[in-house]
This record gives sequence, structure tokens and C-alpha cells, in this order.
Amino acid sequence: MIPPSFDYHAPDNLEEASRLLLANPEAKLLAGGHSLIPMMRFRLAEPAALVDLRKIPGLSGIREEGGSLCIGAMTRESELEKSDLVQSRYPLLADTTRVIADPVVRNLATVGGNVAHADPGNDHPAAMLAYRASFVACGPSGERTIAASDFFTGPFSTCLEAGEILTEIRIPASGAGSGGAYQKFERKVGDYAVAAVAVQLQLDGGQVAGAGVALTNVGLTAIQAGAAEAALVGSDGGDAALDAAAEAAAAAADPGDDHRGSADYKRAVVRVLTHRAAASALARAREAS
Amino acid sequence: MAIRTQTIGERVRRREDPRLVTGQALYTPDIPLPGALHLAVVRSPYPHAEIVSIATEEAAAAPGVAGVFTAADILPTLKRPFPVAKAPDGGAFTELHIPARWALADKKVLTVGDPVVAVVAETAEQAVDAAALVDVDYRDLPGAGDSRAARAEGAEPLYDNVEGNRAFVWELHPEGAPEAAQGEVELSLDFRIQRLIPSAMEARAVAARLDGDRVTMWTSTQSAHRVKSSVARILGIPEERLRTIAPEVGGGFGAKANLYAEEVLVPWLALKLDRPVRWFATRTEDFQTTTHGRNLFVTLDVAADPDGRVRHCDVDVLYDSGAYFSRPGPTTPSLTGAMIVGPYDVATAHAHAVGAFTNTAPNEPYRGSGRPEATYLIERALDVLAGRLGIDPAEIRRRNLIPPHRFPYRTATGLTYDSGEYEKALDKALEAGDYAGLRAEQARRRAEGGKPLGIGLACYVEICGFGPWEAGGVTVEPDGAVTVRSGTSPHGQGHETAWAQIAADQLGVSLDDVTVLHGDTDECPRGIGTFGSRSAPVGGAAIFNNAETVRERAKALAARLLEAATEDIRFEDGRFFVAGSPARAVGWSEIAAFAHSAEAPEGSAADLTADVDFKPPGETFPFGTHLCAVEIDPDTGAVEILRYISVDDCGKVINPLLAEGQVHGGLAQGIAQALYEDAVYDEGGNLLTPTFLEYAVPRADMLPKYELHRTVTPTPVNPLGVKGIGEAATIGSTPAVCNAVMDALRPFGVEHLDTPLTPEKVWRAMQT
Repeated sequence: MIPPSFDYHAPDNLEEASRLLLANPEAKLLAGGHSLIPMMRFRLAEPAALVDLRKIPGLSGIREEGGSLCIGAMTRESELEKSDLVQSRYPLLADTTRVIADPVVRNLATVGGNVAHADPGNDHPAAMLAYRASFVACGPSGERTIAASDFFTGPFSTCLEAGEILTEIRIPASGAGSGGAYQKFERKVGDYAVAAVAVQLQLDGGQVAGAGVALTNVGLTAIQAGAAEAALVGSDGGDAALDAAAEAAAAAADPGDDHRGSADYKRAVVRVLTHRAAASALARAREAS
Repeated sequence: MAIRTQTIGERVRRREDPRLVTGQALYTPDIPLPGALHLAVVRSPYPHAEIVSIATEEAAAAPGVAGVFTAADILPTLKRPFPVAKAPDGGAFTELHIPARWALADKKVLTVGDPVVAVVAETAEQAVDAAALVDVDYRDLPGAGDSRAARAEGAEPLYDNVEGNRAFVWELHPEGAPEAAQGEVELSLDFRIQRLIPSAMEARAVAARLDGDRVTMWTSTQSAHRVKSSVARILGIPEERLRTIAPEVGGGFGAKANLYAEEVLVPWLALKLDRPVRWFATRTEDFQTTTHGRNLFVTLDVAADPDGRVRHCDVDVLYDSGAYFSRPGPTTPSLTGAMIVGPYDVATAHAHAVGAFTNTAPNEPYRGSGRPEATYLIERALDVLAGRLGIDPAEIRRRNLIPPHRFPYRTATGLTYDSGEYEKALDKALEAGDYAGLRAEQARRRAEGGKPLGIGLACYVEICGFGPWEAGGVTVEPDGAVTVRSGTSPHGQGHETAWAQIAADQLGVSLDDVTVLHGDTDECPRGIGTFGSRSAPVGGAAIFNNAETVRERAKALAARLLEAATEDIRFEDGRFFVAGSPARAVGWSEIAAFAHSAEAPEGSAADLTADVDFKPPGETFPFGTHLCAVEIDPDTGAVEILRYISVDDCGKVINPLLAEGQVHGGLAQGIAQALYEDAVYDEGGNLLTPTFLEYAVPRADMLPKYELHRTVTPTPVNPLGVKGIGEAATIGSTPAVCNAVMDALRPFGVEHLDTPLTPEKVWRAMQT
């Protein structure tokens, strides 16, 4: 449980952090450290250097601005839990945060870290796909915005380029008739999901006008279940639509067998959770109408 | 005169807790040892391999390294291998192989985690980095991850002289057994009880320092005295030269009652290098090398009358012994056989067990050892029998329970149960749980729909208070304060509180006047240790008797002080006085001062110490009934415990707060076996659950609110009347939960599923 030795840098600006990353391809960014440090202690990750983001100002905070909920990448999970804005208007995000690891971890773990680490078992990626979120990244060639659907390229890998740093997460601002839910089935609190499902809905006069459905830990990355979304859009959110969405989500899942369950079982769980999440999202969307 | 109340039976708060909850307590890794070197152990990554060569030069040259040692350096200096008990009582081994086990692997490694090289450096970081530079060349051999694989034809033998990896063959009543009682109804059930990792919160740790020509070692153990004598004999030093201390110990559950390689390596290195040395396990090292528990394939045959009365039990066990025997030898399968009839009046029984050496961690006593297995087996069988015969599970138990007038009761397996009122505990559980109401709700749901509801019962009896003896010396010091020197070795139980209560009550002093010493072989001259729920019935009884002896002897001193005859001296609330004159009394401080004065007769001071070991005339048999109600999510198979009622009878209770704490922890571990925990090796012997990420120890929200009840049936085998409570709840809870889940699944036509009853397993059973 002792990592190999490594260099440590704590720059106070993004440019310097980016430069350090470029100068040392074996360097890793340190945000909350609750994925990276355990991997280092098990010697599964042996970065030559850590570039700690904690001294860089402006990387944390939660605000609504320009039609988006903007979350700084270094915002701690516990801050989402304490945010009235998130708790009252972004139920999918509120649900998700509550089931990430446990309270001790959430006090340090960051939203940006959960996203950028791109562990298929992490909970935020699916929520971000369902929300149609976008990510702001800063790097040597300036700032760019990346759609969540383009961001996750494989297990533990993203489209971020060398020297690029995730700085902000933007979720479309919650409006009338929107609602979402995250349903996670886990062996024990703090574990990764056997399977989990994020659903975000937009109602327009009793009809589902927009739907985001995404799955956690049943594939190499979080999976956006397009067919499930299509089954919901245009429907009245009745049982038939929910059943169809659940079937489609189960079909979109691509799980493997492991100690959390067989692939069959995980698919069955996705079906159940999709139904439950969609029903909960609908109820919340109707309440917000 | 101050009125003292008795403290035995009171909810006295734990004296240990202030230092524990304020972080003041010192565990082995916290012991200050200036200048200590750190040990890192290079371990086998293979389940089964020959060691071809070991290159240590690079590690030896690494920064801070003080030494790198292999078996070639260490083994020739050791006088003997690890101690292993030859054979338990209650049956016979027709075959038993006890292979020699040493502190480092020599020619072969037999498990992932076997210690191969000891690397010692100035800091823990340097030791770990240098350990990574040791190059061990292995020739991989086929491994066996479980007992069936090891016993299969053509399996690679772990030991040259052990045919078919057959570690032992044990049989109850191997000859001269009475003819099996016949029954019209016959039942044969196959079980796999999963492997469990005891998972003490504190992983193992050892430290050692030279003090002149003596060695002081600290170790996270349940048995400081046994470690001392074993290590002294292995190192070949006189026992007087070794002091062993179990400081604060964070749990053990049986696993820390064994001896481990690091307990030999660390003092050896301290002697070799003339420097303090310390080591502590990572969680994965602990999971790989600390003993595991359970892990049996079992066939249970039961013969019964058509009214559900069980006539005969026959249990056949294939036991996974892991790669080595630890201290107790194969006691768990024989205890499983000996306890197979449970609290029931069964005419005849037969038990047979075969052990297999496998390329896995040793499989040894874990909280309950043998009793959880036996109880689970007979309780599952009774429910299956009840189902087939259409008898209510409570009723079938009632028909079979041993009635109170039969005690002491001689079982068909040869044990003598001390005392019991089994039906009373059953009735109490049924009433507390509103059994009739639960059954009505179950019927309503089955008729009208709703989540499947299951109700599970488990009646248990277990065996505790193993001898042959335990120490518990009591001294009234010159100032009148009381010192207790216990041979028990607490690791969370609260002995400092309970033992003080016993001494305080006997001597009429306050708890604050009593100091309890334990777990230090210099401070406490003798001891066996804490395991098998033996501490109160054996160690506590020793304190009770010795305190009484001191009190009675003190009457002679009081008689001198009061100028009266000894037989006229009365004792009340810590005061001695002449009968009829309570106003003129002397207390312990006057007695003690007098005993140490020149006026006192020779030997008076020594009279204020009594240190006779307690040797119990027999074991104790705690019992009880647990009732569990569960609800199943039909979509996911997840089990939710709605109610959990435990009725535990551990005889007299010294401190209900401590007893309830033991029940809480026991329930958590028993429920975990039923629903969550599963230590998995792959076919070849790689541990697939090496951390808490994979191994599902339950967290608080996964456990129900416990409803605890008690009946009190004292035991005649010790003066306190106490039976032991450390393991009881573990034993009762696994079958209660399993029976509840299987009861919920009855409409799906499933009679049995093996533990753990994971959501997927339950869900599959419902897909028919």
C-alpha cells in the first residue's frame, strides 16, 4: 500500500499545469485523488509525477449561467449534495451524487475527476450523457467545448489531448417540464454499480419531447441508449413506452460476467432500473411542469 | 456505611472506550520504537510453484536496506516448524498429515502470498521498493483452488507424501457405533458452505525490540502466551528471554489465535540485526495470509418419523484445509460432526470428514468454528423436512427440541449438554416476532400479491468454555487496590470492564479500585487466550474463585486486627467486622497495610494473592432461537431483512451492554455469511477477492435493526453460571436468514440455495 516515489507539482495556474503535463507524458493530474491514489497504492498506476490542481483558482463552484448549470471540475461531490440549486432543480445529478462511494470519499472526490477518470463504473458519465452535458477543456491550443457523447472513448480514456485539462461541466439548465432520476443497484454502499441507469426527460404538454438514457458499468464506457431514448420521445410516458425503453436499454447494455453478476443478470437489472428511473423522472418532470 | 450495589448484571459502560474513541489507544503499529527497521515480505504471486532461484543482490544494494534474507539464511537457525495440535476430541482420525511449515518458503510455494524473502530497511517505503527488486524465478505448477479440484484424479500433489492431497480422514464413532435409528422419511441434502475471510478491522502486525538479552515483541494476537511459547521454541531461546505483548488488538474472530510467519521473522530479525523491527500487513496481505474460515462441501442425510421427529443424522464433509494446518489442526470439521444434532433429541448420528490440501490460505476456526456449519445444516434440513411433511417450521422444532428434564443431556455424538430450556427460547422468539401475525401477512401476500415475504427460524445450541484451564490471578495490593492478572487476551470484547466487575463484586470494592492486566506475558504469568467464547466461563471463573479466596483469607487478618476469632468475622460491602458489631469494621486498605506490616504473621502479604487456574469440568452449551423476516424484490432478487429477533441464552450475564455488543457483531457476521460475503479463488488458486472492493463485508445500512431478547439458564460447570456469548449470534443468524429467504421462495418450488444468497442467485430461482 505504498506507492513508488513520484514528483509532485502544485501549480497555481492552468497554463503551468498544462505545461507540466506536456513536459512529462508520464505525469497524471491529481484532483480529489480518490481513484488515482488507491491505484497508486496498489501500484496499478505508477505516474512519474502528479500535477495537483487544488491551488488553481476558479476551478470549483456551481452556478447557472447562459442557459447552463456550470460546475467547476474541482467541485467536490459533497458540494453538489449541499447545493440547494442542484438538490431542487437537478434531481438526476442529486440522485447520482448521493450514490457515489460514501460520504467520506465524497468530501474529497471531485465531479471533474469522476468524469475525466472515465472509469466505466463511475456514476457521473452516464448522468452527463443523459443530460446532454458538455465539457470545457483548456490546453495548449486554448479552450474547447466537447459534447459528453464525444468525450468517453474507452475504459479510462477520453478524447482529451496531451496537456488538456477538464475545467468545467455544463448541463443544460433545468426548465419547466424537465426531470430526471438515477437508479443504481449495488452490492453494498460504496461499491461500483452492478448496473445503474440515468434518465433525463423533457415534457411538453404531457408528451415526452426529449429523453436522455444512459447506462453505468455495463460496457467499456458509459453507454448512451439511443433506442431507449427513441422509445420514450413522442410517447405519453405510459407503461408501454417505459417497457419499450427498458427493453431497448437492456439490449444496449454490453456487460461482462464478473463478481458483481453475470451478463444476463446485469441486463435484467438494466431493464428494471430503466423502468424505475424513467417512471421517477416522469413523475419529477410532471411536478416541474 | 456506604451501600454498594452488585455490578454483575448491570449495564456498566466500557472502561476501555475513552482511550479508544479519543485515539489514545496503542495498537501494534503505534508502539513507539525509535530507530526501528521495517520489514517487507516478498510473497509468492503463484498458487503453486517451485522456487528455482532467488536473486537478492539488487535489493540488498537499494537505499536504506539493512538486510535481505531467504529461507537459506533463516531456516537452518530455526529449531522447529510451526506448532500444530495433533487431534481434537470426540472422534478419531484414521489419517492425519501435518506437514512441516516454516517462516519462509524454501523449495516450493503453496499459496499466493506465501512468504519467500524478508527485506528489511530503514523506512517502510525503502523496504517495499527494495522488495520489488528481489527477483524470484519460479517454475509454475498446476494449482488447486478448492477441495474438489485438489482431490480430483491427477491433481498435482502439494506434498510428496500426501496421496491425493488427502489431509485427513476423521470419523465419529469409527467403530462400535450403535446401529442407525430408522425413520420412514429420508432426506439427503447437498450443501456448499462458502469460504469466508474473517476481516478483523486491524490487519495483522508485529514489532520487536531487544531489551538487554531479552526480546520484547508486540503482536496483534488473541493469545499472547501461546505466541510466546511457540516463538521461543521455534527460535530456540528460553521462554524467559521472550516477552510477548498483545497491546490494543482490533478484532480477531479466531484468525488471530494462530501463529504466523511474521511472528517468527520479526523477532528473528531483531535478534539478527540488533535493531527494533516492525511489520504490518496490507489488507491484501492480510486477506492472502491470515486464516480463512468455513468452506465445506457437505452431504447431510436425515431419517425422520412421519410426524417430523428426527431419528438419525449422518453428515459427510469434504473440508478444504488450505495449504497448511495452523495451530488447532482440523478441529472445525470434527466440531461440525459433533454438533450436528443441534438442540434436538436425535437417537443416533454419524459423521465423517475428509480434508483436502489446496493451494489456498489455511482454513481454520472462524467465529463459531464448526457450530455455524452444524447449525446451518440441521436447521436447513429441518425446514426442508417441514416443507415436505407439511408441518409448520416452528412446530417441527418444538417436536424435536430436547426437553428441560433431560439435562444434563448426552447427545448421540457423545457430548454432554450442561443445561437448557430450549422451548422457552423458541416461544419467546415466536412471541417477540409475532410469528402468527407474520404468517398471516405472508398468507395474505401469497393470496393477494405483493413482495414475497419469508419467515425463518433457527434454534441453535453451541459449545463454549473450552479448557483445559485459564489463569486469572487476583491480588490486593499494599494500598488496598486490586489487581487482576488474566490469561485471556481481549481484542474488542471488553474484558477490562467485565473482569473488574467480577473482582469488584467479590471484594466489595468499586470498579475504579480494580486494575485488569492482560495480554502481556511479563505482567500475567500464564494464559491460554481468548477464542471459542471461553473467556468468561473459564477466565472469568478463575477471577471469581481467586477473588473469593483472597476475601476468605483476609478474614483471618481481619480477625487479628479486630481481636476476634476468624469464624466470627463477617464480610459485607468491602468491610470486615465481628458478627453483631458492624460499626467497628476494617476495610481492604487496613487489611492490606496490616498484611504487609511486621506485626502480621509470616505469609500474610502472600495471602492477599490467589492465582489458581480454573479448570472447567465440562464445556458450556449456550443456546437460543433466532427469527428473521425478509422481503424479496422480485425484479432484482435483493433481500431486505424486515425484522430480526434474537433470543440468546448465555447463562448468567455479567454485563448486558457487553453481551449485546457481542450479539450485534455476531449477527452482522452471520447475516453477512447468509447474504453477502464470499471469498473466491479461481480453479488454480488465485484469490479473486483480495480487497474490500471485491469482498463484500456489509456496511451499516445493509443490516437491520436488531431486536434482542434473552432467557437465562445458568450453567453448573462454573461458579459464575456463565456460558459465553462471543459466537452465539453468528451461529444462529446464518440459518435464520437463509430459512427466511427459502421460505419466501417456497411458492417458486425451490427447496435450497447455497450461501451467500446474492440477489442474482435469488432472482434466478424466481425465473422458473
